[in-house]
Amino acid sequence: MSERHLRVAQVSKNYGRQRALVDVSLEFAPGRVATIVGPNGAGKTTLLGILSTLVRPTAGEIRLGDEPLGHPARQTIGYVGHEPGIYPDLSARQNLRLFAALYALSSAEERISTMLERVDLADVRGDLPARAFSRGMLQRLALARALLHEPEILLFDEPSSALDPAGVRWLVGELRREREAGRLVILVTHDLEAASAVAGHLVVIRRGRVALDRAQPAGFPAAQVRALYEEALRDR
Amino acid sequence: MTGSFWRYTLLIAGKDLRIEGKSREVLYTMGFSAALVVLVFSFALSNATDPAQGPITAAGVLWAATLFTGTVALARVLDRERENEAIRALLLSPAPRAAIYAGKLLAVSLLMLAVEVVLVVLVGLLFSAEVFAHPGWLALVLLLGTLGFAATGVVFSAALLRSRSREALLGALLFPIAIPVLLAASRATACMFDPLAPDLEPVAFWVRFLLATDVIYILLGLWVFEPVVSGE
Repeated sequence: MSERHLRVAQVSKNYGRQRALVDVSLEFAPGRVATIVGPNGAGKTTLLGILSTLVRPTAGEIRLGDEPLGHPARQTIGYVGHEPGIYPDLSARQNLRLFAALYALSSAEERISTMLERVDLADVRGDLPARAFSRGMLQRLALARALLHEPEILLFDEPSSALDPAGVRWLVGELRREREAGRLVILVTHDLEAASAVAGHLVVIRRGRVALDRAQPAGFPAAQVRALYEEALRDR
Repeated sequence: MTGSFWRYTLLIAGKDLRIEGKSREVLYTMGFSAALVVLVFSFALSNATDPAQGPITAAGVLWAATLFTGTVALARVLDRERENEAIRALLLSPAPRAAIYAGKLLAVSLLMLAVEVVLVVLVGLLFSAEVFAHPGWLALVLLLGTLGFAATGVVFSAALLRSRSREALLGALLFPIAIPVLLAASRATACMFDPLAPDLEPVAFWVRFLLATDVIYILLGLWVFEPVVSGE
């Protein structure tokens, strides 16, 4: 896996007169899960949208290593949102085949089989449309889609919002696995417990600004995450 | 346009057609709407006595039904991207936005053309029109009219992707913009259906007009699709 850092330099985003992000500067390292938390409307999803290249910042710059993050960098990004980003009328394999073709993967069938096995969907009937999948199965398929092209950066936007406790445990395990593999993982969540289970870097966003930016490679105990979060959100 | 542009275009169109091949949902809805529109018009206009108006009526009904069924195809094909936020995964892929637009345009146009074949036969039967007098010209006018309509329709449909009342709004926004296409296509078709027309010179004129309109609409579509679909 690459050693490139993702650097966000003085990024702002305005929607008309509303300032969604103000002068945000952050640095994300590979081999670490960075967790972005904050109240509703704080700007977390806007920041993730900018990091995924889908939203253009009004000001500022983002670089992956020495290269600006733009359209060519899409090959290096994997994204899992609260919605799975899967075509419900296609089967799991057909969905992955489509994305393998979009990413022009070589040995696509082999890679698809590996990914289906990894997310425990290899035994699902081949022609079963994703419409018939449970929420947990859809989210597993979404992870397989996001990992299919072996991205350097993995972005997660509230991936556990519709999962049951077993699904959340599975997700935490996958996040750890990706961290161990040296991938740069950014997780936006409301779930402070899930955040404490995986975070080596904690960012709190409040009213579009960075209220806390702390890296702690040994991880954050749950009580510390809660204390840091509450401290960062306290009016200053 | 590079080879990869066409590869992505075919991939996206192929995906939409594969989904349609499994569900047949859009084709059945379009076919049913088409038959209904032609039947209603044939009952409503059954007492029309002026034979000179026959080809104009038949052409008008053909294109009115095409526009209605085309709106169904546009709404549903783009709606499939909204389910599960599949559009986000597609936009995050390396596929250029212009290729996504071209793929959608190709898929919608092919679905519309498939239904138009049935429509032409129905109009021929119910309006006693000589629909196959000039099959080559008819095919060309259908192709160009469909492309022009779908070229603007894909943009509006993408713009309304997150709107709650998108199906109602789509027709209201799209039909006024599609008037030049509708006008040219129905005039050319009426001329082709008219056994008393002295020559096909007016058809050639309207075909050139449609061609120019299509080029403008497609270029505009390729240009504006990215900001429209990004919602910025």
